[in-house]
Amino acid sequence: MSDTTQNGPVLAADGTPLKRSLAKALRMQKIRALMLIAPLLLFILVTFILPVGDMLFRSVDNRIVQEVLPTTVSALETWDPASSELPGEAVFAALAVDMKAAAEAKVHTKVAKRLNYENPGLSSVFRKSGRKIKKWDVENEGPYKERLIELNDGWADIELWRTLKTYSGKRTMGYFLNAVDMKLGAEGVTVRPEDERIYNTMLIRTMRMSLIITFSCIMLGYPVAWLLANLSTRSANMLMILVLLPFWTSLLVRTSSWKILLQQQGVINDVLVWIGIVGDDNRLVLINNELGTIIAMTHILLPFMILPMYSVMQTIQPTYLRAAKSLGATNWTAFWRVYFPQSVPGIGAGSILVFILAVGYYITPALVGGTKGTFISNLIAYHISTSGNWGLGAALGAILLAVVLVLYWVYDKIVGIDNVKLG
Amino acid sequence: MKMTKLSALAMTTALIAPAAFAEDMANELTLVSWGGSYQASQTKAYTEPYMAANPGVKIIWDESSAEAVAKLRAMNEAGNVTWDLVDAVASDSMRLCDEGLAEELDHDADLAAAPDGTPASEDFGDLLVSDCFVPQIVYSTTFGYRTDLVGAEAPTTVCDVFDLAKFPGKRALQKRPIDNMEWALYCDGVAKDDIYDVLGTDEGVARGLAKLDTIKDSVVWWSAGAETPQLLADGEVVMGSTFNGRLFSAIAEQNQPIGMLWDMQSFDLDGRIVPAGLPADRKARVMHFLKFATDTQRLADQAAYISYGPARASSAPLVGKHAELGIDMAPHMPTDPANAGNVHTYDYEWWADNRDDLDAKFQAWLVK
Repeated sequence: MSDTTQNGPVLAADGTPLKRSLAKALRMQKIRALMLIAPLLLFILVTFILPVGDMLFRSVDNRIVQEVLPTTVSALETWDPASSELPGEAVFAALAVDMKAAAEAKVHTKVAKRLNYENPGLSSVFRKSGRKIKKWDVENEGPYKERLIELNDGWADIELWRTLKTYSGKRTMGYFLNAVDMKLGAEGVTVRPEDERIYNTMLIRTMRMSLIITFSCIMLGYPVAWLLANLSTRSANMLMILVLLPFWTSLLVRTSSWKILLQQQGVINDVLVWIGIVGDDNRLVLINNELGTIIAMTHILLPFMILPMYSVMQTIQPTYLRAAKSLGATNWTAFWRVYFPQSVPGIGAGSILVFILAVGYYITPALVGGTKGTFISNLIAYHISTSGNWGLGAALGAILLAVVLVLYWVYDKIVGIDNVKLG
Repeated sequence: MKMTKLSALAMTTALIAPAAFAEDMANELTLVSWGGSYQASQTKAYTEPYMAANPGVKIIWDESSAEAVAKLRAMNEAGNVTWDLVDAVASDSMRLCDEGLAEELDHDADLAAAPDGTPASEDFGDLLVSDCFVPQIVYSTTFGYRTDLVGAEAPTTVCDVFDLAKFPGKRALQKRPIDNMEWALYCDGVAKDDIYDVLGTDEGVARGLAKLDTIKDSVVWWSAGAETPQLLADGEVVMGSTFNGRLFSAIAEQNQPIGMLWDMQSFDLDGRIVPAGLPADRKARVMHFLKFATDTQRLADQAAYISYGPARASSAPLVGKHAELGIDMAPHMPTDPANAGNVHTYDYEWWADNRDDLDAKFQAWLVK
């Protein structure tokens, strides 16, 4: 015994130092654990992290201008956008060469689209000119400055050249500035004119309405969760099924049902008119506005609030309440000072779930929100699938992601994320 | 034994469809259309006869035509085009052609001539608005109104849509600038011939939007063609724009109390494009189908199921009665002289050039 505790490392049974042997065993364990989660890790990497990364990259990517108009971009390097003079013949000649090649490859419309986002109206200049320039002999038919301007007087507009120069880099902040209603021009960053500002309004509206929806879910869900936790098992199970049935029903079916209920000739209005609460010519407008979105989304997201609350409330011992009352507390004091604080983690978990889901919702607002009750995600969907402005859609998505992360951090600071329990 | 069976099979199929079983043709065909009664009419007039003549060919429908441009751009970027034939309106087909996303066609070689031998390019005539486009139907976007809800006097001009005093209630308009801007300017006093000149200026756009502002609070915006007939049937709106064929279905097939307002109906074309860069076997299949589905008889057949005018001149005399209702189709066509008294000629080329600009402005106006 005593000779093993002499100087030198402790040895394992096979003679290797114990420390190293232990580290080896641990490493083996870690590798085994990693192998076990490898499929999931790979899945998340491929289906989640890479696409999100690609989206974030798109919001600053601006390679298209240099790819389509390489010689024009380099010829423009010496031109000063602050001057009030059009670029010289060399730039126009370079443009003719680039445009001919681009029109033949049919990529000139891509750069037209890109620049049109920054300066509406440029798209048609590129498109119209492209059709004609394709037939030009760009080697020896100068001077191009006159010819191009004659072809389309848009080329004589100095703003076009300023836009082209400003957006000739490989990366741009343009999309992000666009997403917060600002604009990067030759003179730097400016706020957009009033009638073009929409994204800040939409972002604030999305946040405000999501908060209202979260709050409505708390108010409606809390009593239901309390009942679920305190009724006899038999009745609680029945009630639970009533909560879960809509939860399992297709989102589209529930949204469409709200449409039938809420519309002006719909069930709710019909009943109210029949009872005589509202006049037939004065039916309530419950849909295609903010109210419609709030009602439908509160209903759809309610289970996400009730379930975490319920599982937390189940763990609260009824003896605490009894103890409080036996010590002289009124019903209200017992609830507010003893029961409610213990249920806060459930409210927190439910609120985070509902709020994050609500912020990204787009099907329900699109169907029942009209124009006043739509969310920023509807604009993202519009840019991804209709207008084709993926860069702006990506920037809006990135901002939304950042806002949610910030709110999560704020929640952690105020309430503490350890206080969130799902059961 | 086996050999004889096989050769017998080969011979019969060879007799029925000489080219269908050629080795270099894919047996699957993905068609993109608009869904609803329109797609149903295409199924009856084109794909069912084609499948009967070419057993073994599988047809897959995708109801994505409304988003065809954005989706084709995305597919092209991803390098994986899964569509074979896409239904697109004229201006979309021009944009796709300009962007190199649609195949340029040789109309006379790729399409069947008329029965009297007139080459396809002459038979389609002016409707061939782009090298990539095979026109299919002439349709119009126009208004329908609830006959029982508009009051004693029915609306007679498109400007009644903008007249909230005379016709109170909600109206349904399409969630896009096309047509709405033109109608707004027309009703703001712009002469029909000057509409696009005015719309081409910033002031003109502001003027159109200002006119739309006067009814904005009473508008329900739609994006799918089936929405307006539904809204009209529910009594949610008193009038609304949609495609004339959808209104025809609601009136003639479902007996809804809906009337047609043909004034300033906006003519447009729908047709087909072949996405660029298809593999050879799929392209061979789609060209085979395209030739079949655009001949004179087929185009006339479609008009037996829906009230859209066939795009070939030679098909017009063959348009007869509705296949199920037995009513004469001609008076329900947008091109019928009784309906085409005051027509708005929609300028595809102008919209192909200016759509991106106007869309952005319209969208900003919409969410305000």
